[in-house]
Amino acid sequence: MALFQATITITLRSAILDVQGKTVEHALHALGFTTVQHVRIGKYITLELEATDSTEALSLCNQMSEQLLANPVIEDYTVTIEQLHR
Amino acid sequence: MKVGIVVFPGSNCDRDTYYAVQQVCGIDVQFLWHKDGSIPSDVQCVILPGGFSYGDYLRSGAIARFSPIMRDVVRFAQQGGLVLGICNGFQILTEAGLLPGALLRNANERFICRTVHVRVENSSTPFTTSYTRGQVLQLPIAHGEGRYYAPPEVLDQLHQDEQIVFRYTDSNGISTPSSNPNGSVDNIAGICNRKRNVLGLMPHPERAIEALLGSEDGKGIFYSLMHYFEEVGV
Repeated sequence: MALFQATITITLRSAILDVQGKTVEHALHALGFTTVQHVRIGKYITLELEATDSTEALSLCNQMSEQLLANPVIEDYTVTIEQLHR
Repeated sequence: MKVGIVVFPGSNCDRDTYYAVQQVCGIDVQFLWHKDGSIPSDVQCVILPGGFSYGDYLRSGAIARFSPIMRDVVRFAQQGGLVLGICNGFQILTEAGLLPGALLRNANERFICRTVHVRVENSSTPFTTSYTRGQVLQLPIAHGEGRYYAPPEVLDQLHQDEQIVFRYTDSNGISTPSSNPNGSVDNIAGICNRKRNVLGLMPHPERAIEALLGSEDGKGIFYSLMHYFEEVGV
């Protein structure tokens, strides 16, 4: 078994209005950052887990995301895995 | 008949609902603790009340759906038992997959606490027979995440099977963008499953049971339940 760190990023699906993102986008425009567009706000989750290899770690994180961390009806997620050497 | 009201950590409409069911409608009722493994056999209807179960952490209802009792609520619903989800209860039902779609943050980014008008779209569910189709009700809403969303194909299905039970309207019963408080798709305020035994809605019928407090339009839901069980004889 090896130790891995997983980073899971969750955002609303692109078809869904992200009102938080929209509000922040307007604020950025008001600050003068007028070229900003498509601001999306999501969740950033890190966790450590033990797995035999990175493939298994990724598969476990995908399962966690499907079942709990993200709601597939409204959200997309990405998982990145990094092995920890302690 | 007997109603069971599930109490999650963070539920805050459980006692109002208990009061509405027992004191106002005279229905036998008991609380069900979220850690209980099963629904007592004499309970014929389960209500998931409003509130902020588990602090709304991660997503509204996302953690509550894994409470020990929810496994039995899913079984109960699949076997035809009546399940009513109010506000946070509606969110939990969508997270648990007992109702389609999801509830997103309100379009105006604010927590909305006021009385709205909703139109009864389907009066043939066990929860709505006391109403007539097209009847306009005044019910309070109090939520930050009530924007109902379903993908287009799911929405088509909801229309086809007449699963949309309540819609936000103006006082004349007309669905308009300005009478939509939270940006819900199609002004949807409440839906049921295909079998009609699971209903979720964002407005709070349990807060509209006494004229002294502004409206008693919410009573119809609980009366409908009573009539339903009188007819099936429990």
